[in-house]
Amino acid sequence: MELTTVWFALITILWAGYFLLEGFDFGVGILLPFLGRDNRERRLLINTIGPVWDGNEVWLIVAGGATFAAFPEWYATLFSGFYLPLLLILAALIIRGVAFEYRGKRDGEQWKTRWDWSIFVGSLLPAILWGVAFGNIVRGVRLDEHHEYVGSFFNLLNPYSLLGGLTTLVLFTLHGAVFLALKTDGEMRQRANALASRIGIPAVAIAAAFLIWTAIAHFDGVGVALFAVAALALVGALVANRLGREGWAFIATGATLVLAVVGLFVTLFPDVMPSSLDAANSLNVDNASSTPYTLKVMTWVAVFFTPIVLLYQGWTYWVFRKRLTVEKIPV
Amino acid sequence: MDALDLARWQFGVITVYHFLFVPITIGMSVLVAGLQTAWVRTGKEHYLRATKFWGKLFLINFAIGVVTGIVQEFQFGMNWSDYSRFVGDIFGAPLAIEGLLAFFLESTFLGLWIFGWDKLPKKLHLATIWLASLGTILSAYFILAANSWMQHPVGYEINEARGRAELKSIGAVLTNSTTLVTFPHTITACLLTAGAVLVAVSAWHLKRRNQEDVFRPSLKLGAWVVLIAGVGVLITGDLQARVMTEQQPMKMAAAEALYDSSKPASFSIFTLGSLNGDEEVFSVRIPSLLSFMATGSPNGEVEGINNLQKEYEQAYGAGNYKPYVPVTYWSFRLMIGFGGLAMLVAAAALWFTRGGRSPRSRWLWIAGIFSIGAPLIANSFGWIFTEMGRQPWSVFGILKTSDSVSPSVGAGTVATSFIGLTLLYGVLAVIEVGLFVKYAKAGAPEIPPDTGEDAEDRPLAFAY
Repeated sequence: MELTTVWFALITILWAGYFLLEGFDFGVGILLPFLGRDNRERRLLINTIGPVWDGNEVWLIVAGGATFAAFPEWYATLFSGFYLPLLLILAALIIRGVAFEYRGKRDGEQWKTRWDWSIFVGSLLPAILWGVAFGNIVRGVRLDEHHEYVGSFFNLLNPYSLLGGLTTLVLFTLHGAVFLALKTDGEMRQRANALASRIGIPAVAIAAAFLIWTAIAHFDGVGVALFAVAALALVGALVANRLGREGWAFIATGATLVLAVVGLFVTLFPDVMPSSLDAANSLNVDNASSTPYTLKVMTWVAVFFTPIVLLYQGWTYWVFRKRLTVEKIPV
Repeated sequence: MDALDLARWQFGVITVYHFLFVPITIGMSVLVAGLQTAWVRTGKEHYLRATKFWGKLFLINFAIGVVTGIVQEFQFGMNWSDYSRFVGDIFGAPLAIEGLLAFFLESTFLGLWIFGWDKLPKKLHLATIWLASLGTILSAYFILAANSWMQHPVGYEINEARGRAELKSIGAVLTNSTTLVTFPHTITACLLTAGAVLVAVSAWHLKRRNQEDVFRPSLKLGAWVVLIAGVGVLITGDLQARVMTEQQPMKMAAAEALYDSSKPASFSIFTLGSLNGDEEVFSVRIPSLLSFMATGSPNGEVEGINNLQKEYEQAYGAGNYKPYVPVTYWSFRLMIGFGGLAMLVAAAALWFTRGGRSPRSRWLWIAGIFSIGAPLIANSFGWIFTEMGRQPWSVFGILKTSDSVSPSVGAGTVATSFIGLTLLYGVLAVIEVGLFVKYAKAGAPEIPPDTGEDAEDRPLAFAY
């Protein structure tokens, strides 16, 4: 396999990992005002992701860094082209991260309410905007012959990409609800389970619409197969949730996200950012990539260190595997 | 202002802001880990109280440092896409390695440290703060390797056809002589900064005779760290000056506003001149000091700005190769001056509290409290000097800043980002300082007696 393909695959894995992990902590943030009825319950929700959200977010930073290192042209075009959506995502991630740390550091209703809103908005915006961004990447954007984005912000808000945004929103929310049913106990566990059931059907409908649209407009045999399995996993998640099998439900929503991301990237390959103006302007794994030497160096680094990272990050989840209950939250 | 100016202003403001928090994070992670080690080894409760107290301030600071760090990575692509295209083959590698090696380590183990107080065995819990600290230090190494490549590009070749610089040796990039002197300079400065935080907050409490069992040792620890790290900053700064003279002589000349080559060259502590620095009105000078700083010999020749300008015109073609001298001249002095001031206060703190003494003079304590600002100012001016002194280049000798900016991003867009982020950062600064002061004044927590209750049944010891 060529190194450019290897790195395309690695970046796919990084995004899939990001959606899998930060997907549920975005979901928890979105559900905060709906499932947390009082301060103690909201604290409970936040503490289910407390030890892990920051490590989850690093998947994004590494995905960005890996794109910069392996496909500089892709990184440059993507980040300068999607400027305003990325700026919104940055602002959202900033207020959200600070909110987690600062919310509990003062008493007072107003202080906590403001940070709760920050967590909600800071989770909601990226959950939508990442879907919009990926929708646009798959759909193709207006790139000129220098690989510069020449469209406007509003060109990014097209029906297909907005449906993509809605898809990530409902999938992350469902993933978060299933996660909460898995990580809490008592009444909260039941409420999270019931909520997952309620949003399950619309989530299936929205995700199916997006994946079918993708399959028709950008047909790729392997991609379609992956989408089909993703859809099955999503239905499986709902069934497991109904049966109260929370572990399986979480694995299934996670699989849905991973398979959908992989399916989108497979559909994209070998392009990384197709141009909607002229196919000759498209960025692909060859014209966007770094030199073979840089890719080789980075491959060695990834081969050595990724397993270590997976081990200790996995261990963190093991340490904090216990279900939380509202009684464990200090009054 | 056009998009280039706005992008430069944004980079300056956003990066200086980020670097107010970073040195405190790096330095305090080491000191907190050290205090916790002392507790684990001796079992003395005041070490545990100190660990919890400084740990909390460390976390309040860390929150802003980490979220503003994401902007750093994104803005290369957003505002500086032509730079990213040109250098990505080289510059991207240390950034990606930083994420994989450092950020995962830092964030994962800090999460374990924060939430693991009751869950992990004592020694394993101690290991988590050391690993998080290692993560912050590794992160400094890789990002400084990336920055050093901009100051002194090595291990690359220019590919004219692709219009970019390409990596030829990762070893050369990671062992760049510039990195090797910049890394210890930065780390010692981080420790100095953290030491000053300990001095300042402890001084506030000792002024009130509050919790002396915790804050007297903390003051001494902080002051010694400032002094020892300060010596390290001086030594590494001296090495850096020589490397800089060799690699970027224009920056050294601009640091002194030395227009014409001199042998020996004196160093001015203070100069009044016309704003563009063309004319000197009054100055206080130390003979031969600049020669010594730049070359290691009191009689060494230091090249002047005008001489270098002519050399660079021949090497790189017509153009203005002079940095903006008033900024480089003053930032260089403010960096040294405020760094020295922090050391002076630390020395005074040790002197006046020697042998169990506790001075009555409130002004001494107030000086101690306000010394927290000195290293922060010194750090900021250090970076302003380093980056402004490299201008007009973004990568010295091969890429100009004016050729680095994103061609497809308009001034209005950059202005939106610049104003939006600046306002957001401003609000966060007010909140952060408010919380920092609140928890600094609250003092060290009492450690609740062990009730013998099973850890599983108790509420979480540390929860958001």
